[in-house]
Amino acid sequence: MNSKGRSYVLIPYYLWIALFVIAPVLLVLYYSLFDLDGHLTLDNYINFFTPVYMRMMLNSFWYAFLITVFSLLVAYPAAYLLTRTKHKQLWLLLIILPTWINLLLKTYAFIGIFGTFGPINNFFDLLGIGEQQILFTGFSFVFVSVYIFIPFMILPIFSALEELNLSLVDAARDLGASGWTTFRRVIFPLTISGVRSGCMAVFIPALSLFMITRLIAGNRVITLGTAIEQHFLVTQDWGMGSTVAVFLIVIMALFMVLTGGSRKGVR
Amino acid sequence: MRNKNGFANLYLVLVFAVLYAPILYLMYYSFNSGGTMHEFKGFTLEYYREVLQDTRLMIIVINTLVIALLSSAMATLIAIIGALAIQRVRSRRAKNTLLSLNNVLIVSPDVIIGASFLILFTIVGVKLGFTSVLLSHVAFSVPIAVLMILPHLQEMSPTLTDAARDLGASRRDVLTKVVLPIIKPGIFSGFFMALTYSLDDFAVTFFVTGNGYSTLSVEIYSRARQGVSLSINALSTLIFLFTILLVTGYYFLNRRKNRPAAPLTEPAAEMGVPR
Repeated sequence: MNSKGRSYVLIPYYLWIALFVIAPVLLVLYYSLFDLDGHLTLDNYINFFTPVYMRMMLNSFWYAFLITVFSLLVAYPAAYLLTRTKHKQLWLLLIILPTWINLLLKTYAFIGIFGTFGPINNFFDLLGIGEQQILFTGFSFVFVSVYIFIPFMILPIFSALEELNLSLVDAARDLGASGWTTFRRVIFPLTISGVRSGCMAVFIPALSLFMITRLIAGNRVITLGTAIEQHFLVTQDWGMGSTVAVFLIVIMALFMVLTGGSRKGVR
Repeated sequence: MRNKNGFANLYLVLVFAVLYAPILYLMYYSFNSGGTMHEFKGFTLEYYREVLQDTRLMIIVINTLVIALLSSAMATLIAIIGALAIQRVRSRRAKNTLLSLNNVLIVSPDVIIGASFLILFTIVGVKLGFTSVLLSHVAFSVPIAVLMILPHLQEMSPTLTDAARDLGASRRDVLTKVVLPIIKPGIFSGFFMALTYSLDDFAVTFFVTGNGYSTLSVEIYSRARQGVSLSINALSTLIFLFTILLVTGYYFLNRRKNRPAAPLTEPAAEMGVPR
C-alpha cells in the first residue's frame, strides 16, 4: 500500500480547500451577523427584507432573466446552424475566440459605440429618429451583457446538439412531423441539458456582474453584484455586503441543486 | 432545406459580425488622430507611443505578468497535489465531496470570491497589495488546473505504477519518472488555463488590490470609468494581439502533440462561469 506515509505531501491541497474554499464562506456568514459598529445582531437580515433591498433583488433578477432569455434566443439558432456548417470546428473556434479577450475591453468598446456621437446614434440620425440616450439605460446594460454571454450560451447548446442522434430527426420527419413539431418535440427536449447549462452559465454571473453595470449602465441599474461591491468598497458596510453575499450564495446553491438534480434525472 | 440556406448563412454572418464588430471598432479607433471614438480624422500611432512611454503603465504590465506567471506556477503545483489527492480517494462519496469542494470557486461569482477573500486577508492580517493579489490568483486558479490534470491521471493505467513498484522503484521515482511524465500534457494545459484566468481576472483583483498596487484589468477599469481615452484602445489592440498569439501558440502546441482532445474552450465555459 502506498497510501500511507505520503499523505503529508497532500497537505497543501487540503490547506487550500480549508483556507480558500471553506473559510471564506464561513467568514461571509459570520460577518453578515455584525452591524457597522461591530455589534452582533440580525439587523442586516431585517434590513435585507425592506422594500429597498427587495426592489433591488427583483430588479437584479429581472435583468438576469432578460439577459438569459435573450442570450438563449440568439444562441440556440446560432448553435443549431453551426452544427450544420461545413467547417464547424473552425466556426466554433471563432465563436470562442472573443471569450479570451478581456471582458472590460469589450465593455469599453460599447462606451464608444453607444455614445452620443457613436455609430448607432449616427444611424438613428440617418433614419431621422435623432440622437437617443443609449448609454446608461437598462437597454444598453442588457445588450452588452447578452453580447458578452452569447458564446457561453452557444457552447453547451452546440455540444448538446452535436450529441443528438440525427436519425431521430429523420424518423420524426418520415413519420410526418412538420419542421416546427420536430423541433418542439424531438430536437429541443433532447438538447435541454445544453440549454440548462447554458442558462446556468449566464444567469448567475448576470446576477452578480458589477463592472458592466458601472461602466455601461452608470448607476441606473443596481444588481446584487453592484450592491456587494458598493458595501464592501465604498460604504465599508461589510456586514450588509456579506448579507447580500449570503443571499447570492443561497440563490446560487439553490439554482445549482435544481439544475444539477434534474440533469442527473435526464441522463 | 436548400432554400433556407441563404437565411441560415445570413443569420450566422450576423452573429459573427456582432461578435467581432466591437473588437474591431476598438482597434480601428486606436489609430484615430481625432482623439475620440467617433469621426476618424486621420491615421496616427501617437497612442501607441503614449502607451509604450507610460512608465506607470509599463510597471503595471510587468506586475500583471509577474502575478500571472507566479500564481499559475504555484497553482499548478498545488493542483498536481490536488489531482493526486482526489485520485487516491477510494470511496465514491468522498471523491465527489472533494470534487465539489474543488469546484466551488469555479462556479462562485467573482464578486463573492473577491469580497470573501477581502475579509479573509483583513482578518489574517495580510497587507493588501502584491501578496493578497498573488494569493487570491493562486487560490482561484487551483480548481481549474486540477480539472485539467485529473482526466490524464484517471486515464493512466494503474498497472504502470504497479509495474514500476514491482521493479523496485521508490515512491519518489514512481512519481517523478512514471506519473508526472504521463500527466505532463494535463499539467501544461492546467498552467495555461491558470495563466489566462489570472490575466483575465478583474473582479477578484479589484477587491483585494488595496491602494497603490494595480494590475492591468483594474487599471483599464479605472481609466474607462473616466470616459474614453484612445490610449486604452491602443492598449487593448496590443492585448488583443498578445491574446491571439497566446491562444494560437497553445493551439499548435496541442496539435503537434497529436492529441485529439484539449479543445480551445475555456473549460469553465462548459462548467458554467465566464470570466
